[in-house]
Amino acid sequence: MSGYYRWLGLPVEASGYAHSIDDGLLLIHAAMLAIFVLWGIFFAYLLIRYRRKDGVPAKRDSGHGGWGSLVPDFIVMAFEIGLIVLYAIPVWSRIKVDEPMGKVNTIDIVAQQFAWNVHYPGPDGKFGKTDPKLVSFTNPVGLDLKDPAAKDDIVLANEIHLPVGVPTLFNLSSLDVIHDFSIAPFRLKQDIVPGMMIPVWVTPTRIGTYELFCAQLCGFGHSLMHGRVIVESEKDYQAWLKSMAPAQAASQPANSANSF
Amino acid sequence: METNHHNQSWMKKYVFSTDHKTIGLQYMFTALSMLLIGFIFVMIMRWQIAFPYAPIPVLGRWLPARLAPNGVMTGAFYNSLGAMHGTIMVFFGIVPLAVGAFGNYIVPLQIGAPDMAFPRLNMLSYWLYLTASILLLSSFFLPGGAAQSGWTSYPPLADFNPGQTAWIVAMLFVITSSLLGAINFLTTIINMRAPGMTLWRMPVFVWSEFVASVLLLLAFPPMEAGGVLQLMDRVLHTSFFLPKEVMIFGVLYKGSGGGQPLLWQHLFWFLAHPEVYILVLPPIGIVAEIIANNTRRPLHGYKIIVSSMLFIGALSFVVWAHHMFLSGMSPILANFFLVTTMIISVPSVALLTCLIYSLHGGSIRFNTPMLYALAFLPMFGIGGLTGLPLGLTPTDIYLHDTYYVIGHFHYIVVTGSIMAMFGGLYYWFPKFFGRKMNDTLGQIHFWGSLICMNGIFFPMFITGMAGESRRLWVPTAQLHDLPVQHWNVVSSVSAWALFLFQLPFIYNFFHSLFHGEKTVENPWHATTLEWTCPSPPPHGNFTKPVRVYRGPYEYSLPGAHRDWIAQDIESEAAA
Amino acid sequence: MSSEAAVMDVPHVGASTGVTNAKLGIWLFLASEVMLFSTLFTTYIVLRLGSSSWPRGWNVLNVPLGTVNTLVLITSSVTVVMAYAKAIERKRGQFRLFMSLTIALGVLFLILKGFEWGQHFHNGEFPSTSIFLAAYFTMTGLHALHVIGGLITNSILLWLSETQWDHPLFIGRVEAAGLYWHFVDIVWIFLFPALYLL
Repeated sequence: MSGYYRWLGLPVEASGYAHSIDDGLLLIHAAMLAIFVLWGIFFAYLLIRYRRKDGVPAKRDSGHGGWGSLVPDFIVMAFEIGLIVLYAIPVWSRIKVDEPMGKVNTIDIVAQQFAWNVHYPGPDGKFGKTDPKLVSFTNPVGLDLKDPAAKDDIVLANEIHLPVGVPTLFNLSSLDVIHDFSIAPFRLKQDIVPGMMIPVWVTPTRIGTYELFCAQLCGFGHSLMHGRVIVESEKDYQAWLKSMAPAQAASQPANSANSF
Repeated sequence: METNHHNQSWMKKYVFSTDHKTIGLQYMFTALSMLLIGFIFVMIMRWQIAFPYAPIPVLGRWLPARLAPNGVMTGAFYNSLGAMHGTIMVFFGIVPLAVGAFGNYIVPLQIGAPDMAFPRLNMLSYWLYLTASILLLSSFFLPGGAAQSGWTSYPPLADFNPGQTAWIVAMLFVITSSLLGAINFLTTIINMRAPGMTLWRMPVFVWSEFVASVLLLLAFPPMEAGGVLQLMDRVLHTSFFLPKEVMIFGVLYKGSGGGQPLLWQHLFWFLAHPEVYILVLPPIGIVAEIIANNTRRPLHGYKIIVSSMLFIGALSFVVWAHHMFLSGMSPILANFFLVTTMIISVPSVALLTCLIYSLHGGSIRFNTPMLYALAFLPMFGIGGLTGLPLGLTPTDIYLHDTYYVIGHFHYIVVTGSIMAMFGGLYYWFPKFFGRKMNDTLGQIHFWGSLICMNGIFFPMFITGMAGESRRLWVPTAQLHDLPVQHWNVVSSVSAWALFLFQLPFIYNFFHSLFHGEKTVENPWHATTLEWTCPSPPPHGNFTKPVRVYRGPYEYSLPGAHRDWIAQDIESEAAA
Repeated sequence: MSSEAAVMDVPHVGASTGVTNAKLGIWLFLASEVMLFSTLFTTYIVLRLGSSSWPRGWNVLNVPLGTVNTLVLITSSVTVVMAYAKAIERKRGQFRLFMSLTIALGVLFLILKGFEWGQHFHNGEFPSTSIFLAAYFTMTGLHALHVIGGLITNSILLWLSETQWDHPLFIGRVEAAGLYWHFVDIVWIFLFPALYLL
């Protein structure tokens, strides 16, 4: 099943769980439309049938009996219980509660007004130590260059490279205010709260370039806080990693002034 | 008889009055002005949304350069207008109109009371509200400008952004005003009902104000505490909402740290979710009154309606975190709030169902108030239905903070609450001023508003579904928004057209105030007590002692020689 | 005019409840105050649980002075009840004595509190110094504002006892003021152990 996300005007599906969110959206909107149309017909019928006519008095009893009017309620309730138990809790748990299994690609994201700093562990697979006291315009994530693990770390601004088909774990943190890490084609969205490290994961399934944007008001430059997500084949991704390796972490600063 | 107030000075009668009717009208004029101001703000914003970076026509020349250099609004000014629009509409527009104006004027009349329980406290509430309004609006002229952190004012942004201190102080004033008002309403409704006015004989509108007042009384204090803490953060540099080591534009903030940004969100939404029901319940009460009156039959399921309101009121205290599914709060906790959110939709459906069934068997009169009440039903339905994908956690991941949310809650509060309150205005205008508003102008206002409101808010579902975030100063900066940008233009043009359709209303209002057709005390042939006293009611309201003998909606009683029997009529024969 | 005036009077006792408006009003007000202070206590708990280091209250705050202040407020709760009792017994002189005592104890509480704050400022301890001190100053400060509010109300009643001693609502007003004063006292009884002893 694919392609029907276009019926709702949704962007392309590019992650492993995008279709389960779209399934829900489609199902709920179909139900909403059905409820509204049926209900609208009934409403229109009532307005026409019971419009004021001379000599026809109103009937005090609607013939439905007081508590009988709760029937729609029971239908709605049953539908909602079904949605909660069969859809919402399982899907939510899979996306937000469970951790991905197997080989995982880990990336640290450090948000600031109004840029995204993307921190890769580099070839050694280990993140260098970071310290907020070391943060500066040339060292946006506060990387401690004395740490040997930091030597090969890669820090990019507003650009994320991801290998297709590999689960990626993002550790989200913020230097200043609340931001929101949002990639619409992945159906991925998560607030980033300063003082917290919030993990989110996604498995990109479609090669292409997508947009990363901030979805939580973060100041006057909020709407300009966006970047690129480049999903590429494993081979291209490895080639890109190699090309980045010699580069010093500090030579790729995120400069918020660049955003304008 | 004008025995009691003929010697009152003009100031005492119209400005520093303790009469609930005068205070109600003061609330009404102030709240309507605030609604207009909030609407003007959003009309300016909609220019930037429709045509990013284009100079604002006409107005752009008058705005100072720090807000709009060369007539193009800055991101900070856009955020100020956004924060002010939300704050004004919610706290300074709709609530004062629904509770302060309609509640003040109608509740004592409907329960047969001569005034509110604490008339001087009532006056104080109004003056605190007016002070808060003036303070909030004048914050545009303060050095930092007006608040720009959204109406939700999430710290740490709100701890550092300019203009926020004035926002908090204004909020503390308006909270105090609302708390005093809530105490007054509850005491009045509990203690001052006329003999015979048992709880199950109270009109639905009184019940709705009762529930809204309970919510105000218990939900506002946590927000007040939050406001005090945020004020401390800003003025005395505490760190209630700041973790250690926050860096603002490359400068390390030297606070003690140890606070939690999420704490504010909990305090804020603990108020702000019940607040939604404060915005919605009194308008539902108004709709119920108008529907009962114009179908000429009792409301269907009066007790279900009242119980649903009480149930909604109680539940509204345990759903707040559905605004915070993606806030960084524990995702397991989200399941709890998912369930409570789905439960609260059940009494809401019951309310709507009862109101629709009330049409069944009626003899429906399509006058202007009734058109508004009828339009409320499907519009509120759309608002409620679109809440479903937002309340369900997985679909909220995608729709959270998009224009879909904006569309959803505007369908609730604009095409819902505001439409209902327009209906209430046309319905009770004869009681307020002893004159009727013009019906033709009312119909123009109604159809124009209904079409334009849908033109504004329906496109938001489309842009939201395409992934467009809310609160974007330059929507076109984000690539996925480009294909739906034309819908933003549709929204904006509809907003400006909506303004044009308010002009007949404004003219109608002021013209009818002085030259409208004079009416009798009960022009709609209604049954509730406010229609048994003169229009407008004198000081002290009722010219003879009131005693209640029957329920609120005794329409079309078999055997009676006319189709309505007021609550204070003892026997059908006397009718 | 006379029959009409009877209709227009605002009734002061609820027909169905038998409770005066003033009493109902003050209980509703206290309900909202309970929400206000319980929010602050919840905030205190959340911040404390989320904090990596939280000082022991007795290491930072002046426990003896806090204890004295607790006794002062408890005593004032007794005197305000005495004042109410004397108002019922219609003994104006004794009412004035106990009301004055209540006010004096309230003022004493504020003086001691001010002294305590002064000590902290002298030691360079301000609300911005630590999250604990931030909570301490905010909560005791808000409580002190409530004490001041109570002092104003009590003083007005003392002053009104001169001219309105026989007003039908006078005793009800004393009762309402007394309820409020008890609430202020109870808040302190929660604040003192939470901040100083735990």
